[in-house]
Amino acid sequence: MPLLIAIEDLHITYGAIEALKGVSLSLDEGEIVAVLGANGAGKSTLLNAVSGLVPVARGRIMFRGAPLNNIPPHEIVRMGVSQSPEGRKVFSTLTVDENLDLGAYTQRKHIQATAKAKARVFELFPILRERHRQLAGTLSGGEQQMLAIGRALMSSPRLLLLDEPSLGLAPILVNRIFTIIREINDQGTSILLVEQNARKALSHASRGYILENGSLSISGTAAELKSNSKIQEAYLGGSAIRKRRGTGESPKSP
Amino acid sequence: MRVAVEQIINGLTIGSFYALIALGYSMVYGILKLINFVHGDFFTLGSYLGYTILIFAAAFITAHFGLWGGIVCAMLVAALCLALTGLVVERIAYRPIYPAGRLPAVVSALGASIVLQNAIMVIWGPRYQAYPAPMIPNLHLLFFGINITLLQVVILVFSFVLMGILYYIIQKTLFGASVRAMALDRDTASLMGIDFNRVILFIFTLGPALGAVTGVMVGMYYRQISFTMGWNYGLKAFTATILGGIGNIPGAMFGGLLLGVLEMLGAAYISAAWKDVFVFIILILVLIFRPTGIFGETTAEKV
Repeated sequence: MPLLIAIEDLHITYGAIEALKGVSLSLDEGEIVAVLGANGAGKSTLLNAVSGLVPVARGRIMFRGAPLNNIPPHEIVRMGVSQSPEGRKVFSTLTVDENLDLGAYTQRKHIQATAKAKARVFELFPILRERHRQLAGTLSGGEQQMLAIGRALMSSPRLLLLDEPSLGLAPILVNRIFTIIREINDQGTSILLVEQNARKALSHASRGYILENGSLSISGTAAELKSNSKIQEAYLGGSAIRKRRGTGESPKSP
Repeated sequence: MRVAVEQIINGLTIGSFYALIALGYSMVYGILKLINFVHGDFFTLGSYLGYTILIFAAAFITAHFGLWGGIVCAMLVAALCLALTGLVVERIAYRPIYPAGRLPAVVSALGASIVLQNAIMVIWGPRYQAYPAPMIPNLHLLFFGINITLLQVVILVFSFVLMGILYYIIQKTLFGASVRAMALDRDTASLMGIDFNRVILFIFTLGPALGAVTGVMVGMYYRQISFTMGWNYGLKAFTATILGGIGNIPGAMFGGLLLGVLEMLGAAYISAAWKDVFVFIILILVLIFRPTGIFGETTAEKV
């Protein structure tokens, strides 16, 4: 599969603080790639740099062979990259319909394509069709997350950036959201997924990167990462700890 | 009863002035969270430009297009010039200091206001100027014993049409939704592909243009204009904005109309000298019981 996005030695600074210190990653067309890491590791910064919301201090972001550095956010959407931001960020005093229509703002001259995109979003999230006239702020947390993802799909992106889609959702909803993420990917949209829920993310992604304090520490296929003991201990909260308890050893904090 | 109805009509007339000016404040506040103090002076400059057109060019225009042709021409020229002025002020006074935050921008707005006000004084002089009487229709109408002027009817109808158009653009079109989205959350709106500069272009041309048209209407209504009148109207319009809920377009319209009516009823039944006090007491009461204004945000954000 051809390369869709390549990030090379990306540095991002906020004042004196270096949020990303030379991150390099790539994503092939059709892939789901997960970026895992703790709070404050720089995951959202990474997505916001791709979307053009934060300026790149050093390094390159290449999307389909064209640089994204210093291109304003609205142009990047037009090029085929859209983001569902952390914390959903739906426009609360606008209706569900208006939120979705704004998602297709760059496609507003293509009325038929927009109608098709909306039909697809309603198929993925039938609840949004039911509530299309409601103000987005009156939706439940799970519905708002669906709206945020649906809104990002309205521009029919080649690359969808998902920032913590499972944040704050009940476990049953988390499962549903991930099933839908898989479905979106099956329909041909590549996905760069930022998550704290490492277990879920790795069971749907093909590859993953671990971001720690602004640098990538480990990368590999999802299967490799899942079987990596360090990752199990730090991010999957899993078997490594249980094993040690079995032998009477006290677990070290990650 | 007759007095009350007449005062309400008078109140709606000046209320529509406040409302049209308030829209400019509210749009800028909505997007930039900036109190655009220069907006009152946009209104004054529009009024003076309309005055100049009526004094110098109206005889010619009126001869060809009639009385209303002259007025329409004065309004159009004032609106176009102020749309341009609005863009220039945004470029010079605001754009370079956006990264510095909100407070420096407010100081810059005050500075721009002083510059514009003094420029008007230098160009047209410090004395009151009078709109030329023959250029303004002067016809009294009687409806069921209620006395109103043709000019009032025209002002009311025209203001409501303008407000209706703006309401439609902001509330019913995709572009309007993009402006409201930008007001709610600039970063997320950018992620939708909305261009911040397009929205800025819109609010800094339309707001001043509406102010300019209002300036011409105020000139025709009161006949007398002064270079400092932007402060007073600006303050009232800003009050109207807060009354209706700042950043809220229907709120600004409603707040302006309500303020005008309250002011005129206060002047008629309490004391003309105390009408401003009356207005501000109402404002304080509204803010005590509804701190976000009458139409202010009530939908809580879900976390």
